[in-house]
Amino acid sequence: MSERYRTGDRVRTSTVDPDHHTRLPHYARGHVGTVVGSDGVHPLADLSAQGIQQPQQVYLVRFTARELFGHGDHSVTLSLWEDYLSDE
Amino acid sequence: MSDDHDDSAIAAQVRDLEAVLEEKGLLDPRELDQVLEAFAAKSSPANGFRVVARAWTDDGFRTRLLDDANEALPELGLSMGGGLQPQVLHVVENTADVHNVVVCTLCSCYPLSLLGPSPTWYKSPAYRSKVVSHPREVLEQFGLTLPESTRIEVWDANAESRYMVLPRRPDGTQELTEAELAGLVTRNGLIGTAAV
Repeated sequence: MSERYRTGDRVRTSTVDPDHHTRLPHYARGHVGTVVGSDGVHPLADLSAQGIQQPQQVYLVRFTARELFGHGDHSVTLSLWEDYLSDE
Repeated sequence: MSDDHDDSAIAAQVRDLEAVLEEKGLLDPRELDQVLEAFAAKSSPANGFRVVARAWTDDGFRTRLLDDANEALPELGLSMGGGLQPQVLHVVENTADVHNVVVCTLCSCYPLSLLGPSPTWYKSPAYRSKVVSHPREVLEQFGLTLPESTRIEVWDANAESRYMVLPRRPDGTQELTEAELAGLVTRNGLIGTAAV
């Protein structure tokens, strides 16, 4: 499976609040982070919750606390499916 | 709807499914109990303590563990499966500059096979919401005050992977055996809410 993003790429998370299950937490929506690695290929949780198996690349994406919360000097890393991400 | 990860609906669904499978003679209820009991018997934080002690005493193992934990665990007779579906484990290492802490903001994902059942506070909305935005304050509530110069890295186990922290080996422990070192490690140390 080809990876759309590489380590070091800047990505923006989706702002959509879907009416179905998703694994993109509210606090990480609409923010810019940096891809720090691959987290393998897994069925997209949004679809598998609906009984559809669609494997897709998952990325480890790191955000600064300032970007997410407007304060703080720590960082937060999440596993995000490609569908949640777009170019910065 | 990411906050709607309550397991009550799925739990009911699972009970219904179990009932149907038993009714059709496809599943012996004892079979399921045996798998669950075997899994519970093998899952204990003592597993995580052993992994840490080995990493502290064997640099090659430490490197393999940080590189691919699922590949390294069998060296200690451990795995992330334990009768259930195996999960990907990332081990994240504390250093002089970086302190790692683990949370699952969406529910309570946790490396059960290595750490045993998760503590109640790990599943509490207070921990899950606050540790991502104010980790330094949360760690202080656990009695862990980090130097201002230590950068905090929070890992949200929001998808398929699980995390375990590799704490720093305490100073003055050069003389201890691997088993004695394992005795120094705490469950909170493996989550990142304690230094060791």
